[in-house]
Amino acid sequence: MLFGGRKKKGVENPQTELYGHCLQLYTQPPLENISLVEFEQFAVDRMKLLKTVENLGVTHIKTSEDYSKKLHAEISSLNFPHRTEAVASEYEKRRKDHISHFILRLAYCQTEDLRRWFIQQEMDLFRHRFNDLSPKSKSDFLHRNSLQYETISVEEKKSLMEKLINSSYAFSGCTVEEQDFYKVPFQDALDLVRMRKVFVKDGFAYVPHQDIVTIVLNDYRTRLSKALALTARSLPVVQSDERLQPLLSHLSHAYVGQDYSIQKNIGKISLEQIDSLSTKSFPPCMRQLHKALRDSHHLRHGGRMQYGLFLKGIGLTLDQALQFWRAEFLRGKVDADKFDKAYAYSIRHMFGKEGKRTDYTPYSCMKVILSNPPSQGDHHGCPFRHSDPELLKQKLQSYKISSGGINQIDDAGFSLNHPNQYFSESQKLLTGGKEVKRELDSPRRPHAAAGSENSKAPPETPSSSNRVPQEVMDDLDSFFQEE
Amino acid sequence: AETVTAACLPELLPLYYRRLFPFSQYHRWLSYGGVTKNYFQNREFSFTLKDDIYVRYQSFSNQNELEKEIQKMNPYKIDIGAVYSHRPNQHNTVKSGTFQALEKELVFDIDMTDYDDVRRCCSSADICTKCWILMTIAIRIIDRALREDFGFRHLLWVYSGRRGVHCWVCDEAARKLSVAARSAVAEYLTLVKGGEETVKKVQLSDPVHPFIKESLAVVRRYFTDYALVGQDIMGSKESMDKVVALVPDDILALCSFILLYVCIFSYQASSKKSYYTEEEIMLQYCYPRLDVNVSKGVNHLLKSPFSVHPKTGRISVPIDLRELGQFNPFDVPTISLICKELDRPRTAEEEEASVRERDPDGGEIFSDYKRTSLAKYVKLFDQFVEEMERSRKGELLRRTDLQKDF
Repeated sequence: MLFGGRKKKGVENPQTELYGHCLQLYTQPPLENISLVEFEQFAVDRMKLLKTVENLGVTHIKTSEDYSKKLHAEISSLNFPHRTEAVASEYEKRRKDHISHFILRLAYCQTEDLRRWFIQQEMDLFRHRFNDLSPKSKSDFLHRNSLQYETISVEEKKSLMEKLINSSYAFSGCTVEEQDFYKVPFQDALDLVRMRKVFVKDGFAYVPHQDIVTIVLNDYRTRLSKALALTARSLPVVQSDERLQPLLSHLSHAYVGQDYSIQKNIGKISLEQIDSLSTKSFPPCMRQLHKALRDSHHLRHGGRMQYGLFLKGIGLTLDQALQFWRAEFLRGKVDADKFDKAYAYSIRHMFGKEGKRTDYTPYSCMKVILSNPPSQGDHHGCPFRHSDPELLKQKLQSYKISSGGINQIDDAGFSLNHPNQYFSESQKLLTGGKEVKRELDSPRRPHAAAGSENSKAPPETPSSSNRVPQEVMDDLDSFFQEE
Repeated sequence: AETVTAACLPELLPLYYRRLFPFSQYHRWLSYGGVTKNYFQNREFSFTLKDDIYVRYQSFSNQNELEKEIQKMNPYKIDIGAVYSHRPNQHNTVKSGTFQALEKELVFDIDMTDYDDVRRCCSSADICTKCWILMTIAIRIIDRALREDFGFRHLLWVYSGRRGVHCWVCDEAARKLSVAARSAVAEYLTLVKGGEETVKKVQLSDPVHPFIKESLAVVRRYFTDYALVGQDIMGSKESMDKVVALVPDDILALCSFILLYVCIFSYQASSKKSYYTEEEIMLQYCYPRLDVNVSKGVNHLLKSPFSVHPKTGRISVPIDLRELGQFNPFDVPTISLICKELDRPRTAEEEEASVRERDPDGGEIFSDYKRTSLAKYVKLFDQFVEEMERSRKGELLRRTDLQKDF
């Protein structure tokens, strides 16, 4: 985005061309002058909108009517475009949409976390607005944005009828006949392919018109990701403008989460304490890993990473870690020589002393839940997401939590999204550092685990809300009570 | 047997690498017709040497360098990594951040230990003819899907040497896949999910995707033989309990263990609710289990075909899918066998044949492997490489034709 001295493009009806559709992919930056007042107002409004998108996304299912209604209301009240007619008032809103998006790119391009958050909310917003369009409007959008995928012929559709019907939920013979199916190279439809929500043949995914939004979203995410990386490079120039710097800085600090990369208590934990700490202050996932390690004197790679980094986060030094793992592995089938050659390297690697020398950060709940699901022989992952409900209940009971405690709604005043956060909050409570309403023995349920055992689709997106919502707790409640 | 093999390797490996390893086809494979500049030169290899010394970022300018280095180092194990932006053996001289993995074959690793919860005959690194069927099933299912669903054509299936199989998808499109695409393909192919803590690892619901239907058809063909006969899963209370644990409560309430199978059928027929119990049990017992992480990473290294397994001595040989049912891992030649076969005195015919095939650069070396049990595997490998070359030529012709039209 350029400031000062630029004329409007001398193209015929540039406005109608640029803002001819209420939805866009933000491929062209705005090229006009703008007052500081407008600059600020636009940015703040979009910021509010994205925050609403985030909050609604945690408390509602994103395709539900309730969600759509509330988001629609917010979009209107903040004066963002929501109508498909090319009315003059709509044009102003589309302009605001365009400009505010680009301003926020400046604020959110700086770190991985900021970028991820921004992309997530923009995608959710886009999905909602796209789904709101009429079929004709959707086609119009696809054409304007050169997403030219071929539709399959009637004959081909007939010959594949059975398979097309069975490749997606809520398809019947009629709906297949009525809809257009697009033949898309499978690399462009990864989300649908990954979850087997689409028929795949000969390297092509047969995407029904109703699902084309997923394809578009993929495209959007890729572009936005690249654009943010580029924007980050020109940031120094922009930040040196004193008119903009305070605003941008304020915008990006509205979102920040602790990642436990800087350990505050290095060396304050002794190895002898670990067994007792594991039952008192470890979240269930780490407690499970610790027990598996003690029982079989071994953990596979996934478990070593998740648990090893957690231990680093609670304050273990590299030497302590080496001692800890070595002692345990030697009790098993590994001899000293093999440990020093094979496993010691990876522990040092975790502490940033080998290879790329990246000081790896302990995994957040989101990372534990969403990446690298456990398979046969693994003990890592999140018990609330990856375990059998019955087994989990039994396990919690064996941890001497009352059945009341299991079902109770907690209100400790913070929402859990990191295992190390669990540990430090627990320690604070046990050592009397914080006022509390009830004992900390009942486990926190990470809000992302809501209903995941029962729903068909995996949780869609990570969230970073600052409170655990009532609806989510109710879901977990009924889930545990189902027999 | 393991320690015997390990002791013999220092003697046998030099012989293997000098006279048996099919360097020519190997180099042809990995050059991919020389279409992309420096494709072979920028490929990472890694070697595991004696005493577990592991060296990464090996790379070679040509076949000759590759041969010389391998013959000098006599690696216990060879792994193939990605094609990078620069020569891997010079990666330290490259500006930090610019040395990147660019391409690699799409690979799959199916390991028998991942099936320990559903096989009674063996556990961990052991295998036998009874549980080997699982690999046959896995290959049939994955091979079909990769070809028919994803349109890939150049697949190399290789026995890993001990307890599993690998698949190398060598199509150009496959080599260029992003991490996200690899992970999506691997997830598409994943039906059995869950670790130690999960009892029911397969959940099906309406509608049943065509891919699942195809896979079920394969599993059904083998299930009786594998699970009911070979593994005898209903033969002990403990084992039966595991099967029963997969059946929903509302069905269980009705039947006794012995009538389990019959009950499933009749219940399903008369109930409005959709059950896939029988299918879920079958899939949990037989469906392939992939290690997604192996497939995801562009820079993930995977054991090279024709590498020797340091513990069993067996060679990682390509598998002929036309004779998949007859493949027996215990018949795969070991390095000591083939080296022994080398020393066998030649028959008159073999003498003649070797003279006819004499290589101008120095002779007998190239026909050596033909005297050993390795022969048919090298031939198979040869056919694979040739097929790709033929296809490449065809593609080139097609492209130049198109240009001519223009």
